[in-house]
Amino acid sequence: MKKSLFFSLLLMVAVYAGGCTGRPETLPPVTPATASGDPAYGDSLVEGSIGEPTVLIPMLAGDNASHAVAGLIFNGLVKYGTDLRIIGDLAESWDISRDGLIITFRLRKGVRWADGVAFTAHDVMFGYKTIIDEKTPTAYSEDFRQVKKAEVLDDYTFRVTYQKPFAPALSSWGGLVVLPKHLLEGKDITKTEFARNPIGLGPFRLVKWSPGQELILNSYKDYFEGRPYLDHYIFRIIPDRATMFLELQAGGVDIMDLTPIQYTKQTETGFFRDNFRKFRYPQFVYTYMGFNLKHPFFVDKRVRQAIACAIDKSELIDVVLFGLGNPATGPYVPNTWPYNPGVKKYEYSPAMAKKLLKEAGWEDTDGDGILEKDGRPFRFTILTNMGNSLRMNTATIIQWRLAQVGIRVDIRALEWSTFVNQFIDKRRFEAVILGWSIGLDPDQYDIWHSSKTKEKEFNFVTYKNPEVDELLERGRRTFDVKERKKTYFRIQEILADELPYIFLYVPDATPIVHARFAGIRPSPIGIEYNLPKWYVPAGLQRHRMEP
Amino acid sequence: MSVYLLKRLLEMIPTLFGITLISFFIIHLAPGKPTDIFTELNPKITPEAREKLERYYGLDKPIVVQYGIWLKRIVRLDFGESFSSDHRPVMDKIWDAKKPLIERRLFVTFLINVLSMAVILAIAIPLGIFSATHQNTLYDKITTTAVFIGFAMPSFWLALLLMILFGVHLHWLPISQLKSMNYGSLSLPGQIGDLARHLILPIFVSAFTGLAADSRFMRSSMLEVIRQDYVTVARAKGLPERLVIYRHAFRNALLPIITLVGLSVGSLVGGSVIFENIFGIPGMGQLFYMSVMTRDYPTVMGILTIGAILTLMGNLLADLGYMLADPRIRAR
Repeated sequence: MKKSLFFSLLLMVAVYAGGCTGRPETLPPVTPATASGDPAYGDSLVEGSIGEPTVLIPMLAGDNASHAVAGLIFNGLVKYGTDLRIIGDLAESWDISRDGLIITFRLRKGVRWADGVAFTAHDVMFGYKTIIDEKTPTAYSEDFRQVKKAEVLDDYTFRVTYQKPFAPALSSWGGLVVLPKHLLEGKDITKTEFARNPIGLGPFRLVKWSPGQELILNSYKDYFEGRPYLDHYIFRIIPDRATMFLELQAGGVDIMDLTPIQYTKQTETGFFRDNFRKFRYPQFVYTYMGFNLKHPFFVDKRVRQAIACAIDKSELIDVVLFGLGNPATGPYVPNTWPYNPGVKKYEYSPAMAKKLLKEAGWEDTDGDGILEKDGRPFRFTILTNMGNSLRMNTATIIQWRLAQVGIRVDIRALEWSTFVNQFIDKRRFEAVILGWSIGLDPDQYDIWHSSKTKEKEFNFVTYKNPEVDELLERGRRTFDVKERKKTYFRIQEILADELPYIFLYVPDATPIVHARFAGIRPSPIGIEYNLPKWYVPAGLQRHRMEP
Repeated sequence: MSVYLLKRLLEMIPTLFGITLISFFIIHLAPGKPTDIFTELNPKITPEAREKLERYYGLDKPIVVQYGIWLKRIVRLDFGESFSSDHRPVMDKIWDAKKPLIERRLFVTFLINVLSMAVILAIAIPLGIFSATHQNTLYDKITTTAVFIGFAMPSFWLALLLMILFGVHLHWLPISQLKSMNYGSLSLPGQIGDLARHLILPIFVSAFTGLAADSRFMRSSMLEVIRQDYVTVARAKGLPERLVIYRHAFRNALLPIITLVGLSVGSLVGGSVIFENIFGIPGMGQLFYMSVMTRDYPTVMGILTIGAILTLMGNLLADLGYMLADPRIRAR
């Protein structure tokens, strides 16, 4: 009795509350909300995030959420264009000396910090000094330690001199080092209020941060590339993905990343087609199976090639990623300039795999279905990290496929830190399934160069190839894109032949955005790069907020 | 009485010390470090940079020394500074004195738990008594089934179902978080109404799934009590059944519930972790989860210490409540 009374009481409260107050800031959605119309100022974009930013000074931040928000508040000297070439941001132009040692940036004039003070080369110098300061706890100082000398030539000219030519250097002058000197000089950067209440010069500025709830950003009307059309950008923290997906349907979130099953199944309804737009583009990430090249099984490259032939990459993509990805052929993302589409590919062919294994001396001599060589059965363990179901599923399919050519695979999932500290760093593995997220610069010296094989370094598979070493060095010493392209194309050819890793797949990013937003131009670097140009046509605007 | 209270309070100190010692070592035994978020498999970091970060957080010192440093600060009620990259004092994260009450994490967690406990008791006690007095009737069986369904149902699943019904289909209730985005511009009654609307689902879920223990305890202790001789005597002398149950049996049957409530104070922090994450509520449980994930030792320790103090206080209150309810204990 009591219980049913409680139930009806609850319903009454709910009805009452729903009927009378609604969501006062939200106008009823217009259906169908296909954005067409002229650009107009107004409305808000609500982005859902599972993580909360910790600090909004880019050089101190380590997590994606912090960088996502800080990226809207701060700009760099340069940035990547949609074709992945470096273009000017706060720097109008720059010169690189013939020997590649000196970069001179000419800065834009008339740019102002949100508090009205002019932006000058002194701000860049201040940021540079802060990032190389011993007392700054940053993970990004490495690129800046290559700088031999930094000078402010005048208010709008900044010059850096390197010890050696260093091509990734240019991109390092992206979003990390521009800080307002007039607000931060002489202060302890880790203690200042600035980290949670920053003054920037980017398209948006922070007005309110409710911990564990949301960050509200207003557009910066004097943004140097023009006032953003959207008045507000709201970063809502919803730690649970399922909850966030419900918020999306209820109108509480406008943009979020979908999981493969949400993308391919749950959003394939009339409601979603009418009210949302889905996007899809390759992420700058690839998943691979890496071999311990010191292990006797994997020394012979024919064995690695045989394993590549025994794995069906398109099957992995269809099953693990619901088709939302591309097969990887090397450590670069398809359709970007360093990507070489012409490398050796390994079609799925168990017959070919068996043939290669036989050539390498592996044969099933005792008829138990497992190959042997010198009396040793071909049996090894794939390690991967716990909690990543994509990698676990990948490992399971590979296990099944390799069994068909006579290789017995065991799978072991380990907690991340244990995995890295006890197994990767100590080289206690036979094969691993892992992923790399790759920077936009093609330099991968740390991953493939033979000098990077010590503990805690990243060539943990112990790959050694003198030609690759030389190419890697050449690639990071030249700024000429054509020249670099040649270098990295050759590296991919060698890697595809020698297969220190089997490059498995590049998963797609799959964001969904409410259909009232127009001006979105998908590109290889995603969709949010031109957020200030997104708009909602006047008739479709939904959120209003008092200033 | 006051001597007893003093003694109990003093006894809490070594217990608390033991709890912090064990928690400190366990959390440091877990693989991983707070610097991992920057350094693990990040090709841009050199061994020197890694050491620099570890020195910065004092992680290069032996663990006993680290505990000593922590303990030295804690006696001055200083929880230290968070290892996450915001470097804020832990106390500010848990209880930010500059913010309104509702934005302080400890208060949010406390509020939700007190409310849900009140709801649980308000339903579980009558439910249990009724089941006991109507033992083995259809009513008893229905309530038993119902509370066990609640007990067995995963709270996250129930939460999602209710969100779909009330949030997505009916648009009656907000799905997540504690406040609407326009909360700041509402009048005071509007703000309270807004909070209440956001609290309905979390409190319902935690009450419904937590009903079983209290109501079953109430039922069995009531059953035991009404078999006692003095209840038979009360009935024999012709008292109405209502008086027999609610005046004579009820007080005695309540004793185990007091203990149960006292003990459950400690599990508040633990239980909050799950539903604060599902509902996106900015409480202490959510902070705890994030801190564990990033190995933010000072924040984890701060929350564990507060949790331990709350548990010990809960036990103490339960004992005091016991004394109030039971003259036999008071006499001792």
